[in-house]
Order: sequence, then C-alpha cells, then structure tokens
Amino acid sequence: MNFDFSPEQELLRDQARSFLAANCGAPLARKLLDGNVAAGDDLYRQMAELGWIGTGVPEEYGGFGAGGLELCVLAEELGRGLAPAPIATATYLAIPLLLLAGSEAQKRKYLTPLVGGELTVTIAVNEGPRNATPRNVATMAENNLITGVKYPVADGARADLALVLCADQGGGSFYLVALNEPGVVREDIPAQDPSRPQAKVSFDGAQGKAVGKPGEGWALLAKIYDHAAVLYAFEQMGGAHAALDQACDYARARFAFGRAIGSYQGVKHKLADMYVAATLAKSNCYYAAWALSTDAAELPLAAATARVSATKAFDMCASENIQIHGGMGCTWEVDCHLYYRRARSLAVNIGSNLVWEEKLVRALETRPEEAA
Amino acid sequence: MDFSDTTEEAAFRMEARAWLDANATPKAHPNQTWASVLEDKTRDNIVRLCKEFQSRRHADGWACLHWPKEYGGRGCTAIERVIYGQEESRYIVPRGVVEIGQGMAGPILMKYATADQKARYLPPMATGEEIWCQIFSEASAGSDLAGLRMAATKDGDADDADWILDGEKIWTSGAHYSDFGITIARSDGAVAKHKGLTFFFIDMKSPGISIAPIRQISGSSHFNSVRFDNVRVPDAQRLGAVGEGWKVALATLMNERVSVGEAPGPDFEQIFALAQTVELNDRPAIENQMVRSKLAHWYCETAGLKNTRMRSVSALSRGETPGPENSITKLVSATKAQDIARFGADLMDQCAVITDPDLVLGDGRFQQSYMQSPAMRIAGGTDEILRNIIAEHVLKLPSEPRADKGLAFSEIPTGNVAGETGP
Ligand SMILES: Cc1cc2nc3c(=O)[nH]c(=O)nc-3n(C[C@H](O)[C@H](O)[C@H](O)COP(=O)(O)OP(=O)(O)OC[C@H]3O[C@@H](n4cnc5c(N)ncnc54)[C@H](O)[C@@H]3O)c2cc1C
Repeated sequence: MNFDFSPEQELLRDQARSFLAANCGAPLARKLLDGNVAAGDDLYRQMAELGWIGTGVPEEYGGFGAGGLELCVLAEELGRGLAPAPIATATYLAIPLLLLAGSEAQKRKYLTPLVGGELTVTIAVNEGPRNATPRNVATMAENNLITGVKYPVADGARADLALVLCADQGGGSFYLVALNEPGVVREDIPAQDPSRPQAKVSFDGAQGKAVGKPGEGWALLAKIYDHAAVLYAFEQMGGAHAALDQACDYARARFAFGRAIGSYQGVKHKLADMYVAATLAKSNCYYAAWALSTDAAELPLAAATARVSATKAFDMCASENIQIHGGMGCTWEVDCHLYYRRARSLAVNIGSNLVWEEKLVRALETRPEEAA
Repeated sequence: MDFSDTTEEAAFRMEARAWLDANATPKAHPNQTWASVLEDKTRDNIVRLCKEFQSRRHADGWACLHWPKEYGGRGCTAIERVIYGQEESRYIVPRGVVEIGQGMAGPILMKYATADQKARYLPPMATGEEIWCQIFSEASAGSDLAGLRMAATKDGDADDADWILDGEKIWTSGAHYSDFGITIARSDGAVAKHKGLTFFFIDMKSPGISIAPIRQISGSSHFNSVRFDNVRVPDAQRLGAVGEGWKVALATLMNERVSVGEAPGPDFEQIFALAQTVELNDRPAIENQMVRSKLAHWYCETAGLKNTRMRSVSALSRGETPGPENSITKLVSATKAQDIARFGADLMDQCAVITDPDLVLGDGRFQQSYMQSPAMRIAGGTDEILRNIIAEHVLKLPSEPRADKGLAFSEIPTGNVAGETGP
C-alpha cells in the first residue's frame, strides 16, 4: 500500500504549479471577467504544447499515455491556479468520451488535433434550469441531423466541436457536431464565473456523426461523469486550499483591536474548520484517484464521495474566505470573489450535490456485502 | 499510489487473519460489538478478559505491534498496523484496558527510563499482566494542563533524595484497576508555569494514594479522582530532568494523538443499517431525501478520516514524525458520533426513549452513545483546544494573548469554579 503520488507525479505538480503561477492565476481570470473572451486562448495552446491536453490519451493518438493519476495532479493545480482555459471540459469529459465510445476512425481523425490544441471540444448535455434526465432532454437526431437547444454549454461559444446528447433510441445517443458549420447558432450567455464561459447552442438540422452505439448515450454519460467527478473534485480541492491559504495570509496580516484577526478564536476556529473540510476532501480525492487509475469496482462510490466532499470544502472555503476579508472581501479588486465564483460553477457543472449525494447513497445501497 | 497489498503485505494479512481466526470470534454482522455479546459486564470481568486476550496475543507474538521485539512487541511497520487493524475489525475482541499503557506510558518509558527499568516494566505491560494509567489532569488544570498544582518536594538535599507528592488528580481513566501510572507535578512554583514541572512514574499501591471512582453522565464510572497524601517516590522514578516535565508530557500527548482512533459508538454503518430497517411515514426511512443527504454527509466524513489516516501512514513510513494534523480524527469523529446518536434516536421516533437493548433497534447503542459521546468531545483535548492546535500549529496563525505570560506560577490569576480563590 502506498497512498502518495509518485516522485515523477510530484515533479509534474511542481512544474504545473510554477507554470500556472507565471502564466495564469488571478490576472488571467480577471481578463475574462472583464469581457476579453479570447484571453485564455494562448494559455490553452501552451497547455497543449506542455502535453497536458493529451495526458490521458494513448500515444498512438498523439497523447502521453499517462494514467488517471497525472490528470488528477494537473486538475488540482488547475483549481489552485484558477485556470480559465477550456481544458477541464476537454480533458475531463469530451476526450475521455471519445476514447471510450468513438470509432477507431473518429479517434484517428480527431484526437491528434485535439491533443495538439488545434481543435477544441466540449460536451452539450443540459437543456435549461434542471438536472438533465432522459425525460427533459429533447434534442433530436434524425438521419444524423441534429435539432434542439442546449444550454448551458461550457466553452460552447468558442469550441470547434461538441459531443451532443440526443434523445433518440430510448437510451439517448451522442453525436459529434462541428459547431462552426451551418445549422448551428451559438451565443455567449452571461455566467456567474466568466472565467469559465457558458453558451446557448441552437441546432437546426446540423450535421452530426454518432459516437458510440445508438441508445447507450445516458449510460456513457454516467460513466464519463464518474470519471470527471474525480477530476473536478481534485480541481475543487485545489481551489479550496488556495482560498484557505489566502484567508490564512490575510488573518495573519490584518489587525483589529491591536492584534492580528487570526489570533481571535472566532476567526481561528473558522480557519481550522476550513482546513478540516479541505483535508477530508483531499483524502477522499486521493482514494478516488486510485479507483480511477485502476478502474476499480469502487469507482462510482469513491468518485461520488470525493465529489460531495470537495464541493462542500470549496463552497465553505470560498465563502468564509470572503467573511475573513471583511469589506475588502466584497470588492471587485480583491481576488476572493474569483474563488467564490469558481466554487459555484464547479459545484454544479456535472450535477449539484443534490445529484451527487443521491448517487453516493445509491452506490452504498448496491455495494457488495464484502465491502461494508 | 496503490491501495492494494504488496506481496509481503498480503502475506502479513493472511498471517494476521489466521491468528485471529484461531483466537477470536468473527462478528456475526459488521456492527456487532464486544459489549453486546458480553454477558458479565462487571468491571472485574472486563479487565480479566482483556488481560487474558492480551496474554494470548503476546504468547503468539501479536502484542504491541509497534513496539520493538526486545520489550515484547512485534516491531511492525505503520502499514502493517493498519492491515492488522483492518483484519481485527472483523472480529469480536476485548479492548479498553491495556491501551493507555501501551500507547502512552510505554513509549515514554522507552524514551526516558533506564535500561533496567525498561527491562522490568515494559514486558509485563506488553503481556497485559500490569496495567498503567495516565494521571495528568487536575480540577483546575485540564486544557491548561501546565497550570497543575500537585506538589513534588524533595525529601532532603541529596541529589537522589526521594520525592514527596502531595495533591489531587482527577479524571484518571482506569486508575482503579491500574498497577502503575505516569504523572506530572510541580517541583517549583516560583518560576513560569511550564518551567516548574517534573515527570514521574508511580506504583499505584504506594502508601498515601487513594482512589475514588467518579460517576459519569452515562451512569458508569470509568474515571476517578486520585489523591496523593505525602506519597513517597524514589528519584529513580523521575522521567526526564527536574523542571523538564512539560517536555515529557508533550511527548506523551503527541503519542496520545497518534494512538487515539475514532470515537466509539454507532458509526456510519450502523446508522446506515438503521435507516434501512426503520420506517418513516410507512416507507423505509432510507427513501427519505433528508435522511439520504445526512447519510451521504457522514459517509464522506467517515471515508475522509479513514483515507486521512492512510495518508498519515504513508508519511510515517517516509520517516516523518506524526504532527498536529492528527488532531482531525478526534475532532471530527466525536461530533459525528454525537450527531449520529441523536439522529438514530430521531429515526426510532418515540421508542428512542427506551434503553432496553431487547426493545430498541441497534442493541441500545444509540442511546448509550448519546450519553457517552459528550465525553469524547472533551477527553484527550477538547474540540476547542484541537481547533486551536490546528490553527496555531498547522496553519501557523498567531497564538492568543495570554494573561499568564511572563508571570511566575504563583502570581497567575485563577478563577474559583473549583472552589479556589487563588494561590
Ligand atoms: C472520559 C474522560 C476520560 C479522561 N481520562 C483522562 C485520563 O485518563 N487522564 C487524565 O489526565 N485526564 C483525563 N481526562 C481529562 C481531560 O483531559 C480533560 O477533561 C480535558 O483536557 C479538559 O479539561 P477540563 O475538564 O479541565 O475542562 P476545561 O479546560 O476547564 O474546559 C472547559 C471548557 O473551556 C474550554 N476552554 C478551555 N481553554 C480554552 C481555550 N484556551 N480556548 C477555548 N476554549 C477553551 C474547553 O474547550 C471547554 O469547553 C479525561 C476526561 C474525560 C471526559
């Protein structure tokens, strides 16, 4: 047994952290906040050059062929560094979906340019303000022509391709659609975390290509969400630790009534509770990383556990970080709100904790005897 | 990262399982406890069974896994201890008597006692023949342990003159069945409070020691007051230098943090089983969304603690010393135990007022835990003190201003809750 990342993986972490500190972080997130939608494009290209997009992609398709653990390390650092680029949607969701269900020809055609950053891809599932289910997803595919409206679609206004979940064959099916072709209209929609932009994408007879067998769309989505939940949890956990660090730094430096606010128990105990939440989330993430990298039978339970813990930890650390900053924390100038926005967008992007708590308990109910 | 066993670990696991199979009864269901199968629940019988089991463990080389072999231990790695714990959790084993000695007193003797003393005291501690307790707290010194008052006075001027201990200790778990104890007393009241302390081990049968059980809110008497009336202690039983008792005490408390596991009482698996069994509005309670959400929360905490311990085991095997981050286990699990006990009662509805194990679900353990869990939030460092430790020692936040700073012990202000008006 060994519950640590390897020295090579820790090296990757160090590289990622210093790269993101130099090239990303709050300054870049702020450019997007101020409406510069292309501000993340350069960063995305650089990440592709570093090989990050292809971390989990086999070498034959232009990737690095590394396991899930490397992706976990990167995700944690992306969260810590508030990375705005569409890397999460591509590497946690869309590329794994292509790898899992795409035909050999599709993989050959798309993966190499995706890994190289020449193409970008997203996934389009939800259709409005409710969690997506087979009852409310209505987008249709007839003779490979897609019709329907999807929102919110992460990075949907700028991505080249989308994997679109359609309501056919009972179980739903995924189609790969080129978003800059005729029959697709997309508009940016204002988002709470503009550093992770959202779009409304309308399809009106757009040309699509089936990915995976017809009727297995929802089953594929469940699998991909379990996989992505681990990576998003790492990103959330990284963000939680960054917000905690910021709060501790402020609590040491800010004085009130002649002493550092961090010496008051009202503040100090709050920080201790934030640390506890972030630590439990981290430990659950580590276990889920192992389950992910070995495709263990425990993955659905481990992923939901990591996801629920990390959502709570980031929510708590981001909110209380503002509280500890007082009036300053409510200003546009201070970075607290960047974490606060990111915490919410990550908390809901593959289903909120209302959905993940339910998945967690269901996984417990169907646990084999031995595991209890 | 690899949560599965290496070949050696798998072999160790099989060996542990084989021994447990031959020497203990497997649990009938995962939530079965020793207490629920014990017919004679008197203290004498519990102590006897614990000693017996420990002696069997020792005879076969399974005692004190973390101790060196020369003192009767097994010299296991941190990971092997985890594996043994995982295996043992599937069996009914007597526990609760030898742990304070083996977890706290033993390691401190290894560090500070002479070779002869180690050879005399450690092996019987390992076999369970001699039981040890930890006599630190006083009525006016719990969280603020360094504020303790029991006096240690030298009987004469000789370097190795005996010490006379005089004062009253309280909350000593297991004092009434212990053979020896570790304690700390004030040898100098004229210096700052942390500087005037000296550490000893004592024979509980020394003349002048009187032990009185204290009844707890649960109705049982697990801890005691221990009075010292001019108790004579040879200087050879001093551990560490005169005036350096605080250093020794801190090392003991550090061991306490490592050896303390999760708070006892119904855990996640029991509340999960209860929610599946009991009905709420004519449906299994587990179908209720609020119940499901609470279960998810406790599962995350339970798994989080387990995985956090796994990560500290990795740190230990890299040679790092256990740090203050281990405070998390007790801080989270004690409150969780109390919440689970309370919610278990809610699920049982009006029947929750009954304590008869034959009439309520869960063997009456939820009711017991409701009365026992408050003490878990206090023993071994209160919730508030643990948060201070995390904040100050892990997160490096500034400590609070202290009213006792720079003062000699005798000048420190005191309150009068314990009936004292000042030094
Ligand atoms: C079941 C049980 C078993 C025990 N076994 C042993 C044993 O075997 N040996 C032994 O020596 N002792 C033992 N103890 C004693 C235990 O260590 C003390 O009770 C504990 O340290 C708290 O001290 P106290 O009771 O004096 O409470 P106090 O220290 O008076 O605390 C009262 C309240 O004030 C709070 N408080 C105190 N200081 C601060 C601060 N700086 N900041 C914020 N809040 C503060 C506390 O958190 C608590 O809520 C045991 C206690 C229990 C309950």
